[in-house]
Amino acid sequence: MTETGQYNFAYLDEKTKRMIRRALLKGLAIPGYQVPFASREMPMPYGWGTGGVQVSAACLTPDDSFKVIDQGADDTTNAVSIRKFFQRTAGVDVTEHTGEATVIQTRHRIPEEPLREDQILVYQVPIPEPLRFLEPRETETRKMHSLEEYGLMHVKLYEDIARHGSIATSYAYPVKVEGRYVMDPSPIPKFDNPKLEMAAIQLFGAGREQRIYAVPPYTKVVSLDFDDYPFEASKADHPCALCAATHTYLDEVIIDDAGGRMFVCSDTDYCAKRRAEGHTGTMGTPMNEDAA
Amino acid sequence: MIQIENVSKHFTLHNQGGAVIPVMQDASLSVAPGECVALVGQSGAGKSTLMRMIYGNYLSQAGRILVDGVDVANAEPREILELRRTTLGYVSQFLRVVPRVPTVDVVAEPSLNTGNDVDQARSHARSLLSRLNIPERLWALSPTTFSGGEQQRVNIARGFAYDYPAMLLDEPTASLDAINREVVLSLIEEAKERGAAIIGIFHDEAARARVCEREVDVSAFTPEVA
Amino acid sequence: MIPLLKVQDIAKTYGGRIGCTDVSFDLYPGEVMGIVGESGSGKSTLLNCLAGHLVPDRGQVLFDTRTEGLKDTVRMSEPERRMLSRTDWAFVHQNPRDGLRMGVSAGGNVGERLMAVGARHYGDIRAEALDWLGRVEIANDRIDDRPSAFSGGMQQRLQIARNLVTGPRLVFMDEPTGGLDVSVQARLLDLLRGLVRQMGLSAIIVTHDLAVVRLLADRLMVMKSGHVVETGLTDQVLDDPQHSYTQLLVSSVLQV
Repeated sequence: MTETGQYNFAYLDEKTKRMIRRALLKGLAIPGYQVPFASREMPMPYGWGTGGVQVSAACLTPDDSFKVIDQGADDTTNAVSIRKFFQRTAGVDVTEHTGEATVIQTRHRIPEEPLREDQILVYQVPIPEPLRFLEPRETETRKMHSLEEYGLMHVKLYEDIARHGSIATSYAYPVKVEGRYVMDPSPIPKFDNPKLEMAAIQLFGAGREQRIYAVPPYTKVVSLDFDDYPFEASKADHPCALCAATHTYLDEVIIDDAGGRMFVCSDTDYCAKRRAEGHTGTMGTPMNEDAA
Repeated sequence: MIQIENVSKHFTLHNQGGAVIPVMQDASLSVAPGECVALVGQSGAGKSTLMRMIYGNYLSQAGRILVDGVDVANAEPREILELRRTTLGYVSQFLRVVPRVPTVDVVAEPSLNTGNDVDQARSHARSLLSRLNIPERLWALSPTTFSGGEQQRVNIARGFAYDYPAMLLDEPTASLDAINREVVLSLIEEAKERGAAIIGIFHDEAARARVCEREVDVSAFTPEVA
Repeated sequence: MIPLLKVQDIAKTYGGRIGCTDVSFDLYPGEVMGIVGESGSGKSTLLNCLAGHLVPDRGQVLFDTRTEGLKDTVRMSEPERRMLSRTDWAFVHQNPRDGLRMGVSAGGNVGERLMAVGARHYGDIRAEALDWLGRVEIANDRIDDRPSAFSGGMQQRLQIARNLVTGPRLVFMDEPTGGLDVSVQARLLDLLRGLVRQMGLSAIIVTHDLAVVRLLADRLMVMKSGHVVETGLTDQVLDDPQHSYTQLLVSSVLQV
């Protein structure tokens, strides 16, 4: 049941999409630089991914295959509603399989499966300014970016070590893009940071803050750290209870009220694929193809 | 070493109807290395004023005051500071220090300022303090709470902590007991022996007679009151 | 000898009102200059013009840079001036809240300038921060406390440590002891004097407190209504003031 007759393709009008594309191109030309854009009101509240939705709308073509992940999962409210939104307003194919998608909108994760050159990964960003928590003045943070004064970013990491004995920042871990701009990679776990150097185009949209930024394919993305406290892409030290993977980012799931818990892949599609391939964890059952 | 030529000074009191008070006129004198000259004259004649002018503490309106070749009457502040650091010492009647600084450091400061290391400066300071009979238990305390006589001796120790080639001594033996007076006089004699040029004000005539080669009566420089 | 700072004919007006005008002086390495005057005399305006916080309408502020010698800081590029202000310059504010990051620990506050110039070894940064906390007499175990948990005097000492950690050559101080009670003031003055001597710092101190300049400053500049009315050796200006305003200022100090 598509409603493309009532809405322009992918909801936004063409002029708005053009405006967003210009911002995207500028962002790609200056990797990591926050480009201001005229964020529109979307038919969903701020905080639900309005920035990412606008970027996706500007990127989608009728031939695309669209996937939405929310903290790794395709079946949470947020993911389902955004997927449905584009299904209805753009009539594009949707998929839950990373390999089949051409545009993937994500909140808080990068898929485990390496992305290809013909894919676009769109991030939803709540607060695009990595310096914000230490420097509240926008005029000052802009100046700091333009003059490459990034000492403050390390103050944040210093505070972490002083307080916790190690860099405790575990998500939205700041990175330096192509040796120039310091960027907030959105609240992805720092486990995902090494994956920021990838073949696909990465676009970041912050709706409320009206900022777009981008990382072109194969761009150098370095996580900030200290010589004696190097960056570590940490994860829970367990195998996935369902697919036995030891190299994926895990969610901790409480399974009873007696302290019982299990760790499972946060990337549901990846986990399902592994189980289909025959990997089975301690609490998993072999995947039944019919149930998929 | 110290040569004063036709120096004059007056105070202008702008806030008291612009009254001009002449205090010094055509003062001239010179002091050679190893010589001690006493300034004499009745109270108010301008002994301390002249001494302060030599130290650069008071401005001179005319004339030249040469100390080791530097004309204090016309020098830049930093030249005077350099002169005070390396050449010209001054023992005033009042001790002015930063609160909280231990006595031993107060005394060591002139020596530290000329680049001596801390241990050397402190050990010299300690020997001067003990020579001037300041009890050792006081060395680590600030002199601000000391008695008048103790403060005076700390001030003297500070003045002799560095071997200045030229020295100004304003009543160095005042309010001292016989033993300490003797110590101060021998310090002055030692300074002369190493070649210091000294100008002093001594009310203590016996002391004056013992250490001074000459007397200069500053009344001669007191302007006629118009 | 080349002056560290050469100020030529600085003027700053606010609309028709004079902030400061006709100010020229040379400051040599190791010299501490006090600027005194009552509120509104233009001393803070002048300090802000010198430190690059305000753009003067006229005049030059030449600083002896490490690589290019005397260079006009008013007309140098902003990145260059900002670089100076976190390396060779330091600015101690009257209110420590203006000079500290209140949400960052003491160690982080001291370490910020180091990190700003590229320090990337946590252990070294922390060791340096500890050393500096010691020098300003803040106990080592306070390194991870935030300045909001410190007394006013400690905050001011922390601000000084934060400023001096990169070994600046010129320190601007705006009423550094204002707002502190006298015993704390004395301690701070002693500390500043020691640091100035040990590090061979040059400093420009703005204050209305004549006792502070007597103890800290080699030279004095007296300002009134935006003009410099008298300059000279500190003790000379205070003991033998020439200008009527200076005489009034000196005679107005309450004796204790």
